[in-house]
Amino acid sequence: MTRFLLRRLLWFVITMFVVMSVSFVLMRSVPGGPFDQDRNVEPAIELNLKRKYHLDWPMWKQFLHYVGPLNLDERGMFGEGDRKGEKTFGGVLSGDFGPSFRYRDFTVNDIIGQSLPISALLGVIAMMWALSLGISTGIASALRRGTGLDLAMRLAATGGIALPNFVIAGFLIICFVFLIPLFPVAGWGSIRTMILPGFCLGLVFAAYISRLTRTGMLEALSQEHIRTAHAKGLSPRTVVMRHALKGGLLPVVSYLGPATAGILTGSLVIERIFFIPGTGSHFVNSANNRDYTLAMGVTILYTVLVYSLNLVVDLIYTLLDPRIALEDE
Amino acid sequence: MSSPTKQAKTRWDLGGGDLDRLLEEAKASRGESLWNDSWRRLKRNRPALWSLYFLAAFALISVLAPLLPLRSPVVVNTSLGAQSPAFAWGDGQYLEDVPLEEEITDRHLQDTYWDLSFMDKALVHLRVGIFGRWQTGHWLGTDHLGRDLLSRLVWGSRTSILVALAAALCSLLIGVIYGAFSGLAGGRIDNLMMRIVDVLYSIPFIFVVIFLITLISDNRALLEDKLGLDREKVFYLVIGAIYWLTMARVVRGQVLSLKNSEFIEASRVMGASTTRILFQHIVPNVLSIVVVYLTLTIPSVMLFEAFLSFLGLGIEPPKVSWGTVAADAATAINPLRIFWWMIVFLSLAMGSALLALNILGDGLRDALDPRMRGKD
Repeated sequence: MTRFLLRRLLWFVITMFVVMSVSFVLMRSVPGGPFDQDRNVEPAIELNLKRKYHLDWPMWKQFLHYVGPLNLDERGMFGEGDRKGEKTFGGVLSGDFGPSFRYRDFTVNDIIGQSLPISALLGVIAMMWALSLGISTGIASALRRGTGLDLAMRLAATGGIALPNFVIAGFLIICFVFLIPLFPVAGWGSIRTMILPGFCLGLVFAAYISRLTRTGMLEALSQEHIRTAHAKGLSPRTVVMRHALKGGLLPVVSYLGPATAGILTGSLVIERIFFIPGTGSHFVNSANNRDYTLAMGVTILYTVLVYSLNLVVDLIYTLLDPRIALEDE
Repeated sequence: MSSPTKQAKTRWDLGGGDLDRLLEEAKASRGESLWNDSWRRLKRNRPALWSLYFLAAFALISVLAPLLPLRSPVVVNTSLGAQSPAFAWGDGQYLEDVPLEEEITDRHLQDTYWDLSFMDKALVHLRVGIFGRWQTGHWLGTDHLGRDLLSRLVWGSRTSILVALAAALCSLLIGVIYGAFSGLAGGRIDNLMMRIVDVLYSIPFIFVVIFLITLISDNRALLEDKLGLDREKVFYLVIGAIYWLTMARVVRGQVLSLKNSEFIEASRVMGASTTRILFQHIVPNVLSIVVVYLTLTIPSVMLFEAFLSFLGLGIEPPKVSWGTVAADAATAINPLRIFWWMIVFLSLAMGSALLALNILGDGLRDALDPRMRGKD
């Protein structure tokens, strides 16, 4: 177990290093830098701006400064400025993504701090939709295998996988916002505003989960211990819920990692359609605005998120299925 | 002790006439190639076969888009606005700015479309030869800028298919070479190469790709001058560069298991040369799985292209792709008037194409998977 965790940690460090250095080098190799769009900036001011963000330094020094926790500011190393009462930039390793290049008054941390809870809530709602819809339809179509219900659900699942979520979102907005005004068109705040975006985001994953549950349940139901349970005289409900579901849901658990990554990706589009001020919409804006530090901060944050969630999913998986040993990987 | 001798005896008895008969039978039956066998199996899979026909028709329509009497997918007609679908037979207004006696020049085509390739220009001229100035009515309606939706969907399918094919080929090239090399090399090199793939796998690529595309669009002039790469080509390369990972893993696994399989060993024992083993045994077996993954990669690349174009990071106007059509449909959503046709026809086109690709991919997997052979 410890060995497994240590190895994962090592690969995590390598991955993060690759992500950071590649995106940093790419980011800084853009000629002109991030202030090109302000056409009217005087050379002296531009120089000052560059100095403020340390763009006049050699690349390696900028990189060290960005990664931290060594602080290479003229204000001193190791947070000397903090002691003097002024905030210094501490680098990614100390959890500081630096100032935003576009929103001058904000740091990347401010922006992420404001928007991440919104995105996280959206993601959780989407995941809840995906799990509840996917698992229930999956079980239903496994139990009614070969019937019209099964066919209809499998068709719906295939359609959900084949259509992109922005098209589905467009459909649902037309249906449930304009034709039958159940939900507000956009915005964020009350529960009512969260249901539709969460549903649109979760639908694709519900389709995948439904498929996985169906196959998992079919396999689980065909096993010997299920027959024994039936023979013991247990009610069909108990057999399905207590005995078959445990084995049948294993493929779903292993899918949760990729699903989380997918929900993060999907939130880029959904947040844009529903005008939700989450991290995803900030990221797309930052990409269009050339706000490099914000874009990079979100990329790093999401890499960490995906990686650690995958790790958690793997750990849960081994707890649920003792046949799989972690060291075997 | 009686049973073994008895068995042996019966076997010998059988051998007398029956062995010859069995040998005759064996001589008469011919081995079937993997591809014939798979094709036979695929033909029996109705949905997959229909999907194949559907996709063929689809591809034909999009390749021949310049030849069809469609309206311009680009020319904006704001006074027309969003028209709901109506069946009007059509009119003779195609290229109405060009007087009848004048030749259609590249300049006109530039206004009606964008920079068309040589082939497409020829097809447009052929179209004028066949249909004259006749063009279809707004059969599927128009979008909020008055552009014909049917034409935009057909031309958009072209871009989507092109991007998907190019990116899939790119991923195929990188993935197969990487995976085959890794599998054939084995040992420490294999281990290292696969760890690299693992590292790349755990990066949320969409973010990196968006980041890359942003950087690229900033340096576009530089790239175009120096390397002759425009945004679209970079786009293919970038998408291909992500999707090779799964391909590499699959190919490597296949090569590895083939390398140590008994029939390879047998043919080596029988004196087959390495080249013969490679091209007669390993390549066809790897190819089957590559084809399957290619058909499953194409729909996901198409989705990804639409996703990026929707965010404004992919195909740029005036070129049309399904993603830009979707983005237009999303911006046109408003409570005053519902342009249902903009979203309905797009999702019909996109959904049917992607569904057909998925079904075909699943069918191909069933048909080509060697483990499924002889099980039906």
